[in-house]
Amino acid sequence: MRSIVRDALVVGVATGAYGVSFGAIASAAGFGVAQACVLSLVMFTGASQFALVAVPDNPGAGAWTALLLGTRNALYGLRIAPLLHARGTTRLAAAHVVIDESTAMAVARDEPADARVAFWATGVSIYVLWNVATFAGALAGDHLSDPEVFGLDAAAPAAFLALLVPRLHGREAWVLAAAAALVALAATPVVPSGVPVLLAAAVAAAAGVRGSR
Amino acid sequence: MWTSVLLASAGCYALKLLGLSVPPRVLDDRRVRHVGSLLPIAMLSAFIATQTFGDGTDLAFDARVAGVAMAAVCVWRRLPFLVVIVAACAATALVRLAA
Repeated sequence: MRSIVRDALVVGVATGAYGVSFGAIASAAGFGVAQACVLSLVMFTGASQFALVAVPDNPGAGAWTALLLGTRNALYGLRIAPLLHARGTTRLAAAHVVIDESTAMAVARDEPADARVAFWATGVSIYVLWNVATFAGALAGDHLSDPEVFGLDAAAPAAFLALLVPRLHGREAWVLAAAAALVALAATPVVPSGVPVLLAAAVAAAAGVRGSR
Repeated sequence: MWTSVLLASAGCYALKLLGLSVPPRVLDDRRVRHVGSLLPIAMLSAFIATQTFGDGTDLAFDARVAGVAMAAVCVWRRLPFLVVIVAACAATALVRLAA
């Protein structure tokens, strides 16, 4: 029990640390401190947040990409709902912290009781630290006159790379990743910004439907 | 900007709640799960490509490439997330300074 909470805190601290980079990237992209904080408080799902601030000149496309990336949380919810047995307001609170890390920590436990502790401890510690870190990063980023001098424009693709690599298991994943990158680059000069990533999502959907038939 | 921030935030929360609330069999289709696991791979990869080589609606090859290459080395060496980010920024800033 104690070790579950300790593990949760370690994950919380590690994840919270990259909340700093989210805050800094958001303000470098022209989002205000308040907007960065609302994203971390309400959206609270890292990849979607990075996606939304990645296309500041086309917020509509950014919102759609954020939602598409958020669909995986619905699948996580399906997986952990039988472990949590959450009802009423508890379920409303639990839903808010259904993310990659809390799901991974919960499903790694064999006993449902341990899974519940792991889910809540991980979710809550990440929530608190992620939000504190976002605020700090956004404030710091706000005080940089020219983010490009510090290479901050490489922070977002680096963050996405660190999120992508753990998902690249097997040939299908690598082929899809390469195809998606090529489609997005080929589309970049032709369509408004933000849309290339949505086209890549369409490629994934087509590949998924064909591949599982 | 606020509109997309608020709508996308509300939508992302609704998706989380949906997963906890629907009877499993509704979404627990093999195809749905398969597409669900492929979407993040394609989208993250597309993001990396466009944020590394995209410049508005143009393509460019600049100091960011050095940063992302540095990030790739750090991820391959399994260094912590924050180290990956800081190293990528530093490499980009240095190449830019040298150019």
